[in-house]
Amino acid sequence: MVYYNDMDYYLGIDVGSTASKCVVVDASGEIVARGLHPTGAGTVGPRACVDEALAQVPDLPSADDVASSCATGYGRHLEAWTTMQMSELSCHAKGAAHLFEGVRTVIDIGGQDAKVLSLDEGGRLVDFVMNDKCAAGTGRFLDVMAGVFGCAVANLSELDREATEIAAISSTCTVFAESEVISKLAAGTPIPNIVAGVHESVVERTHGLAKRAGVTPNVAMTGGVALNDSLRERLERRIGLPVATSPLAQFAGAYGAALHACGQGGNA
Amino acid sequence: MPPTLPLLEHAEGDLGYSSDLCAYARISLAYADVGACPNGERDMPLPDFVLCCNNICNCMMKWYENLGKHLGIPVIMIDVPYSNDYDIDEKRIAYVGAQFRAAIKQLEEITGKTWDEDKFQEVCRRSSECGRLWLEAASYTNYKPSPVNGFELFNHMAVATVARGREESVDAFRMLIDDYRSFVANNESNWHAPENHRIMFEGIACWPYLRATLTPLKEAGVNTTAMVYGPAFGLTYRTFDEMVEAYCSVPNAVNLERSVELRKQVGAAGKIDGGLVHINRSCKMWSGFAPELARRVSADLGVPMITFDGDQADPRNFSEAQYQTRVEGLVEIMESTGKGA
Ligand code: SF4
Repeated sequence: MVYYNDMDYYLGIDVGSTASKCVVVDASGEIVARGLHPTGAGTVGPRACVDEALAQVPDLPSADDVASSCATGYGRHLEAWTTMQMSELSCHAKGAAHLFEGVRTVIDIGGQDAKVLSLDEGGRLVDFVMNDKCAAGTGRFLDVMAGVFGCAVANLSELDREATEIAAISSTCTVFAESEVISKLAAGTPIPNIVAGVHESVVERTHGLAKRAGVTPNVAMTGGVALNDSLRERLERRIGLPVATSPLAQFAGAYGAALHACGQGGNA
Repeated sequence: MPPTLPLLEHAEGDLGYSSDLCAYARISLAYADVGACPNGERDMPLPDFVLCCNNICNCMMKWYENLGKHLGIPVIMIDVPYSNDYDIDEKRIAYVGAQFRAAIKQLEEITGKTWDEDKFQEVCRRSSECGRLWLEAASYTNYKPSPVNGFELFNHMAVATVARGREESVDAFRMLIDDYRSFVANNESNWHAPENHRIMFEGIACWPYLRATLTPLKEAGVNTTAMVYGPAFGLTYRTFDEMVEAYCSVPNAVNLERSVELRKQVGAAGKIDGGLVHINRSCKMWSGFAPELARRVSADLGVPMITFDGDQADPRNFSEAQYQTRVEGLVEIMESTGKGA
């Protein structure tokens, strides 16, 4: 049993490899503020996302005023000011369990890694599989590809919708795939078709990871890549199940961390 | 710089071997070319002949053939096929046994010495005694709490691996058992951390990162009380045929069902709450079946088994931060699902 004061706030920060996210919840676990900065561990990102979130809560002048805080993500150990640090696995699981009702499989594609989490009926993490040491199939892979296309990563989803066919990207290696994309561009293949191929290659890799962990519905997707609707829909078709997402998908880790700090949802 | 790195680079650069080749092979082939350790330590004399047994993997065959060619020395090959059956049948023992007998002839020719059956029996006896003692020492991790830091077995196993036939090894393991026995009697342990959880470590150790792989476990109070790799070198046999059978029964030579059974036995004996599985970039043989092995052991023992990427000898193929996250995830699962003390 956790006793808390109605006026208390709890802060979670997810310091990833390419972005920092912060979520503040109240004593009932409701999100009251959030912040995001597009730089990760070892940069101004963590501070900036906390400041952005705190600015939205008038009665929270500084991070010292929260009742408890929890850091997660790749750079969690650098945030020594927080009350606790937990792995992104448990935090994503908890965040997703609160964002998506009845979720049993969470597919998280972040900047630098991809992971599939298996949750039990109570929303507890029971197993996970992570990608091997390779950027293929992660947010970084899409960043590199967007760079080749000369577009923002946020536009990839729209471009995919214009595809008339899929220009297959066979390689699973970021560097090889990049040269494959360049040669397809040089051969005059329309960009939307190549984008569709790039998305399919991410889907293929993610699907392999998901199969290893085992896919139990409901399935949800978190992490920055979850905002890419075209890719997520391709994943749905490949898995054969609906893959839920949320505008807060990128904040799942920070939200879970805040809930851990608050002792909500009970098993940590 | 890790001392193996210059040898790995020499194998890949000067000798032109692929970095996908097992790092043991790359280091050995580079050493054969350079003839010295890069850090000036522990030089070994180069061999007059090589004796290769492929019971652990087929990479060995080309590796040793190339050593033979490079050094201009004879290669004796003993082919031990992977066993698709659970048990080792008589045909297999006859096939492998005949090769051992042929190897004896070849060795007599190469060395000018004659086979001494009495001496063989003596070494067999000592070797088996050594294997038995090693298994006994390793079994002390089964006590709960364990009197032993399980990672210590990675150090002691060297004796069982390379010096099983020597009297000093028998003495060394007797001393080790005496130490462990007195730990139990006095309620002591050389695991100087809480033992909140007990796990199985599956696969070859990450030798260049023994400390880095142990530290996060120690900090989280996770002792390694089960493994197959170390005790695998505790072979016991009394006759020639039993020796051949032992060669056919090493972990990489037996089928998946038997591999699973072995893990389940050591896992249950070690009273594990979870497991860490090393997906070893060098060792395709072991890593290839590791995910399925882990899946079955996890399902049958009802404990989480988590994989991490690494390499037994190539320091470039391991990331401390990634390892740490996986260990933390495993610990959080064991804690949230009530596994462990
Ligand atoms: S580590 Fe694996 S690949 Fe290398 S020699 Fe041993 S069994 Fe073969």
